[in-house]
Amino acid sequence: MIEVEDVYFTYPSGVEALKGVSLTIRDGEFVAIMGENGAGKTTLVKHFNGLLKPTRGRVLVDGVETTKVSVATLARKVGFVFQNPDHQLFCETVEEEIAFALKNFGFSPDVIEKRVEWALNLLGLSQYRKTSPFMLSGGERKRVALASVLAWDPKILILDEPTIGQDYQQKEKLRQFILQMNAQEKTVVVVTHDVEFVAECNPRVVLMRGGKIVADGEARKVLTNPEIVEQASLVPPQIAQIFLNLSDLGFPRDVIDIYEAKEFLTKAFKGLR
Amino acid sequence: MRRKPLSAVETRMAIIETKNLTYTYPGAAWPAIKDVSIKIEKGEFALITGPSGCGKTTLCRCFNGLIPHFYQGELKGEITVAGLRVQEHPVYELATHVGMVFQNPENQLFALSVEKDVAFGLENLGLPREEIRKRVDWALQLTGIYELRERAPTELSGGQQQRVAIASVLAMQPEVIVLDEPTSFLDPLGAKKIFEVIYELNKKLGITIVLVEHRLDLTAKYADHIIIMDGGRVVLDGEPHAILSSEEARLIGVGIPKATRLYQMLKAEGVKLGGKVPLSSEEMAEKIREAFKRHD
Repeated sequence: MIEVEDVYFTYPSGVEALKGVSLTIRDGEFVAIMGENGAGKTTLVKHFNGLLKPTRGRVLVDGVETTKVSVATLARKVGFVFQNPDHQLFCETVEEEIAFALKNFGFSPDVIEKRVEWALNLLGLSQYRKTSPFMLSGGERKRVALASVLAWDPKILILDEPTIGQDYQQKEKLRQFILQMNAQEKTVVVVTHDVEFVAECNPRVVLMRGGKIVADGEARKVLTNPEIVEQASLVPPQIAQIFLNLSDLGFPRDVIDIYEAKEFLTKAFKGLR
Repeated sequence: MRRKPLSAVETRMAIIETKNLTYTYPGAAWPAIKDVSIKIEKGEFALITGPSGCGKTTLCRCFNGLIPHFYQGELKGEITVAGLRVQEHPVYELATHVGMVFQNPENQLFALSVEKDVAFGLENLGLPREEIRKRVDWALQLTGIYELRERAPTELSGGQQQRVAIASVLAMQPEVIVLDEPTSFLDPLGAKKIFEVIYELNKKLGITIVLVEHRLDLTAKYADHIIIMDGGRVVLDGEPHAILSSEEARLIGVGIPKATRLYQMLKAEGVKLGGKVPLSSEEMAEKIREAFKRHD
């Protein structure tokens, strides 16, 4: 469980990035943290693994304050995948990259081998095992970064903008994968702008603006409120846009899922005949 | 459907044309793009998409001569941009015709202030001071970063850096602007604003746009030409409505806009909305509204 209690954070430059954030993320939850550029999303999640410590207030992971343990200890529990993979990759080959943290955590060589194999397969990277991460495309490098964190099987997984540069099929795989992790009771926190991706996953949505939380609830409720969505510099998902556009015809306003939209419209049109 | 030419292709001028273009990076075992023959007309808004690693970025690197001049490797086939054979003209010459916005803005920003970064290319063109001032302000305002002009690009967020990269290319007012996922770090409203700016440059100034994007939900409606690549080859090439509603596009697994998918799913259920396949939520909502009205 992650508990954020009235957290303020000011960067050394004087920028006040968080202004009184309180939030509880229970074990096994799937949460999307959304909002405009500079809203404080990444700053907030960097508090979850102790990379940043609150200027005021406190953050507890499984009841322990993040100021009382090292980042290394927290990392075993909280895996963090950065927005820009270049900030996290440095090894000569993809394989070594994925093995690196496992070695640091002191796993035995045969466990490391198995974990690396598993992560390579899971993210479709097997053919690149001997390739330098820097020879890969942007989307591929992001998958290497994800694989290297997944390999140590953290209980809480934080993904900062995981869909950037990913194509449709990879996003679909990522979605399946997140749902699978979530079904195994892992906590997944995604920082994202990708409203279509969130509409497909339907997680709990925490919307941030100017260092504060402005909305918190089901995706289908939060993302279909045009005012809140625009304030957070997002746009409603395409399906929601269609239904909001037609609300004067008595259409429901909270549809974000394409299958639900199809069911509704099929019935509505059959009723006309 | 394969490489279907656009209608009236012969009567318009191609600003980018490739014939059987094949390129292999130095030391690579196989080519990154194979046998690519495309034609992008002057004034077009062309969208290039396809699974990651399909060769989109590599193809774009040919458009301003980074391939073959910078990356070396082996380039076979023909490519002309603004009437120039790319192999025979240096990057600095091609750059006056083709502006390039890269995926990762950090790779293209270097000056101490946003303003200086945007002015850099113009200074190199030897433009008068007043003209530089005018164009820099214009580009900064269009991209919504005028108030950041004295900040250091390295201190900005990823989204803000992307705007700086776009502004520095805009200021050059090239004939063609190639943008490789130019808004991936921007929030959706910010991205929408940038796409609207790009669309305006295309419609008002007639600048040819080549946009590489996965997010067709946001961009398909702007395009008059779509090129889908897979495994280094061009597999679909033509008018967006026709291409995106094709079975092939779905099978390749490009992100067909939700509005288009919904239309197709309804059709499969026997609900026919008629007319052209929609590419945006506005078009789809309009179709549903009309269908309801017809029954009133």
